Amino acid sequence: MTDGVHNRARPARAPTAGLSGFPSFSAVFWIGLFLVTWALSTWSFALYKTFDARWIIRYPKKLEIPLDTWISNATNWLVEDLNFGFFTFRDVTRFISAIIEAPYDIMRSLLVDGFMIGQGQQAIDVAPPLSWIAIISIAVSLALYAKDRWLAILVGVCFAYLAAFGQWDSAMVTLASVLIAVPIGVAGGLALGIVAYRLPAFERMLRPVLDLMQTVPVFAYLVPILVLFGFGPVAALIATVIYAMPPMVRISTVALHSVPEEVIEAGRMVGCRRGQLMWKVLIPTAMPSLMVGVNQVIMLTLNMVIIASMIGAGGLGYDVLTALRRLDIGGGIEAGLAIVVMAIALDRLSQAFAVRRVRPHLDPQLPFHKRHPVFTLVVAIAVFTTLAGAYLPAFREYPARLTLTTGTFWNSTIEWINVNFFDSIEAVKTVLLNVLLLPVKRFFTGIPWAWGIVVVGLAAARICGWKLGVMAAAMTFFIAASGLWREAMTTVYLCSVSVLIASVIGIPLGIWAGQNPRANSVIGAMIDTLQTLPSFVYLIPVVMLFRVGDFSAMIAVVLYALAPAVRYAAHGIRSVDEELIEAGKVSGCTSRQILWRIKLPLAAPSLLLGLNQTIMLAISMLVITALVGTRDLGQEVYIALTKANIGQGIVAGLSVAFIAIIADRVVTALARSSQQKLGLT
Amino acid sequence: MARKLLAAVAAFSTLAVHGALAEPESTDPIKLTTHDWTGQIVTTTIMGEVLKNAGYNVEYVQADYIAQFAGLKTGDLHVAMEIWETTGREAMDEATATGNVVNMGETGMVAIEEWWYPAYMADVCPGLPDWKALNDCAEEFATPETAPLGRYLGGPVTWGGFDDERVEALGMDFEVVHAGTDAALFAELESAYQRKAPIVLWLYTPHWAPSKYEGSFVKFPPYSAECYNDPSVGINPDAAYDCGKPTGPIWKVAWKGVEEKWPGAAKAIKAFKVSNADMGEMVAKVDLQGMSVDDVVAEWMAANKDSWSSWAQ
Repeated sequence: MTDGVHNRARPARAPTAGLSGFPSFSAVFWIGLFLVTWALSTWSFALYKTFDARWIIRYPKKLEIPLDTWISNATNWLVEDLNFGFFTFRDVTRFISAIIEAPYDIMRSLLVDGFMIGQGQQAIDVAPPLSWIAIISIAVSLALYAKDRWLAILVGVCFAYLAAFGQWDSAMVTLASVLIAVPIGVAGGLALGIVAYRLPAFERMLRPVLDLMQTVPVFAYLVPILVLFGFGPVAALIATVIYAMPPMVRISTVALHSVPEEVIEAGRMVGCRRGQLMWKVLIPTAMPSLMVGVNQVIMLTLNMVIIASMIGAGGLGYDVLTALRRLDIGGGIEAGLAIVVMAIALDRLSQAFAVRRVRPHLDPQLPFHKRHPVFTLVVAIAVFTTLAGAYLPAFREYPARLTLTTGTFWNSTIEWINVNFFDSIEAVKTVLLNVLLLPVKRFFTGIPWAWGIVVVGLAAARICGWKLGVMAAAMTFFIAASGLWREAMTTVYLCSVSVLIASVIGIPLGIWAGQNPRANSVIGAMIDTLQTLPSFVYLIPVVMLFRVGDFSAMIAVVLYALAPAVRYAAHGIRSVDEELIEAGKVSGCTSRQILWRIKLPLAAPSLLLGLNQTIMLAISMLVITALVGTRDLGQEVYIALTKANIGQGIVAGLSVAFIAIIADRVVTALARSSQQKLGLT
Repeated sequence: MARKLLAAVAAFSTLAVHGALAEPESTDPIKLTTHDWTGQIVTTTIMGEVLKNAGYNVEYVQADYIAQFAGLKTGDLHVAMEIWETTGREAMDEATATGNVVNMGETGMVAIEEWWYPAYMADVCPGLPDWKALNDCAEEFATPETAPLGRYLGGPVTWGGFDDERVEALGMDFEVVHAGTDAALFAELESAYQRKAPIVLWLYTPHWAPSKYEGSFVKFPPYSAECYNDPSVGINPDAAYDCGKPTGPIWKVAWKGVEEKWPGAAKAIKAFKVSNADMGEMVAKVDLQGMSVDDVVAEWMAANKDSWSSWAQ
């Protein structure tokens, strides 16, 4: 989710090795800090009883900052009273939604509804939507144009799945919103990125805003968006764009900055003006990196499909939700997989466009259909099938009797596992709970808030410098002062346990994938699926097997946050210098020694970056875990959403964001200093 | 001459008025909200079909159960067909207090919410459905996390319900575990039911679960407002909530402008009535037999033409 957070240029501190011969100051500091924290955590309750000082474990209610009430009042004023003379603030936001709604309506008519004039029963059909055959052939030919026939086959199979499993109409509703949200996200991200590239002051201002956009859970701002932009698909589109745009901004700024000076110089020499330099020189040169941003926007947009459907986007996300509400696990999985195949098709297509080779221009003397045979054929198919649809229903809609379904297969599989293995699963779960989860929970929730602020500040200052230490302490104070200390500590506990388990599973898998291409292709596909499959789909089976509670939440978080641990580990192992391995072999290392003595130490920075991303993903899953009954910040955000309490939602959302930002800064600094130790920068 | 013209104008205008009576007052679509549970979609679709029959244009807008009130207040949304006394009262009162949302009366359905156990537990725990009998075999319901207390799976925190207080007030040996969503609630029930494992949890009707799973609601001392408000009332003289949960009607609400813009539609919405039994049957047909909502509604409309055709008159 926060790819690029770590791209911040920050002078990293040299690793503190301590005085020569006494490298232990660091060790003493960390062990001391931990021991004091542990002692205070264990005896905080006893301290409170002995001194009769309740403030030790609870932030005093009287001193709480009523920020949530202020925010609620401020938004109410914004929505109901702010007036610019001729129009109100709400008129402005409604105008924006009207601008977005127009192209969305056209796209939706084109793909699903058909064009109509008039309303309701008086409506007259003007033109039918594109036939399903036409849409599949357009997708296939795009793949052919972007790359080759293998990609065409992949995309064809993906779209055929949508038709064959009866997901077509919902999938097209989702596709319509993706096709609107992605261009808005890309264009907006690029525009902000260009401004940030030109004005360093603007970039400094933008950075914290982007951090918040990526880390505040979407649920926290859904209600204000609904109020300002109206109910329906447009509000969902706007929430999607807010969530999906930040990586595009970051990547565009970085990509533009990394265009070689010589290229820019050459552009100036041939007499480019400012605008020409940007559009004819900088952007084309940066195109491959920019396409990575486009790809991120597409993936994040698809991640939002479920949440968007909660506020009226409809489509595949809505199918997943309704299927799960009636415990139709098979239906949920089929609709969830439809989101996965759509993500795969769009992802591979956009990647192919990123690296597309320019083909030679054909002789302009040739007639149009000879120069563009595929294009002509596709237009012919589209026109023919769409018109024929008026007479032959099979062209208009995929014939219902050819629809495949996995039916009750999934339900009976889960039932079989449930009936036969529940007791063994329960035994393993109880052990894990007692050995790992509960002790960690007791440790974190026991820490007195005042010491919590000190310890976070000290640790951050030690690793990333005193400025960050002060900032981290201030953020921690904000959480305590909002009366959310307990929830925040539950969040930290759930996240740390999940990250630990995800790393224990993910890093070995990544190491294996990094050394063995065959394992890599299997693990890669598995990871891709896990990351794009909406977590709602597996939440129900997880609850059936592990019951409501922290354990189920942890499993869901681990499944989702596994991907970066695997990917970065594999990447780290793969990018170890061949010569170093060669040198190891020459000096007689066994392959085990090469792994432990050469590859792993050199891959450490990569592993740390993977850890960073794992933490970010774990935090972004928090709100979802609220749905299985955890009592953390995610639950706080969710309660605020269901009660439409704007202030409460935003304050809890900010607390989540602050935890994410502190973790990000600390781990990034660790990665940087380990890179410097190895001389890799 | 002038008189003749006047008469003609008068005749024409009365004609026009009569014409308007047959036609809807406005062709703007009436926006009905739909949520993510089948019963509510069925209710809304029936209402929508009735309004369509009366010539109105109808649009279904998917919206969150509580968040929709923001839209109902401003007129972005027009009608919400199911506001449960038990879960939506607070939000509804807040909205009607602003004067922009009006209560359109009861839907005829009554929400029941209570502790529920599957039928096979009656063998393990004789004396059920009495709550004292349940309490006597609390240990049967224990899990490793809650032992020696029994585990009771409550609804999401946002549903309220005062189960923690109830357990305390009645001195029950149970620990309340809150599910995050009702999907999680029913997932656990399904899992336990497949294994015939002990479970006691929060269930409600109208819903498909009581028709799919065999079982009963636990009988607590009957609810009264005093029991909730006054500690001295009830079994425990020192605590409130020492009784069962209230049952309550499911309400309909609408934006205040509906009555001015579509008076005929407003009348039909107010007249809407469906029984618990009918609704339970329709929901089961959709969720358990896999029929589509439209088919189920069409079937009901055909069978109950007399009742719904009178609403719109």
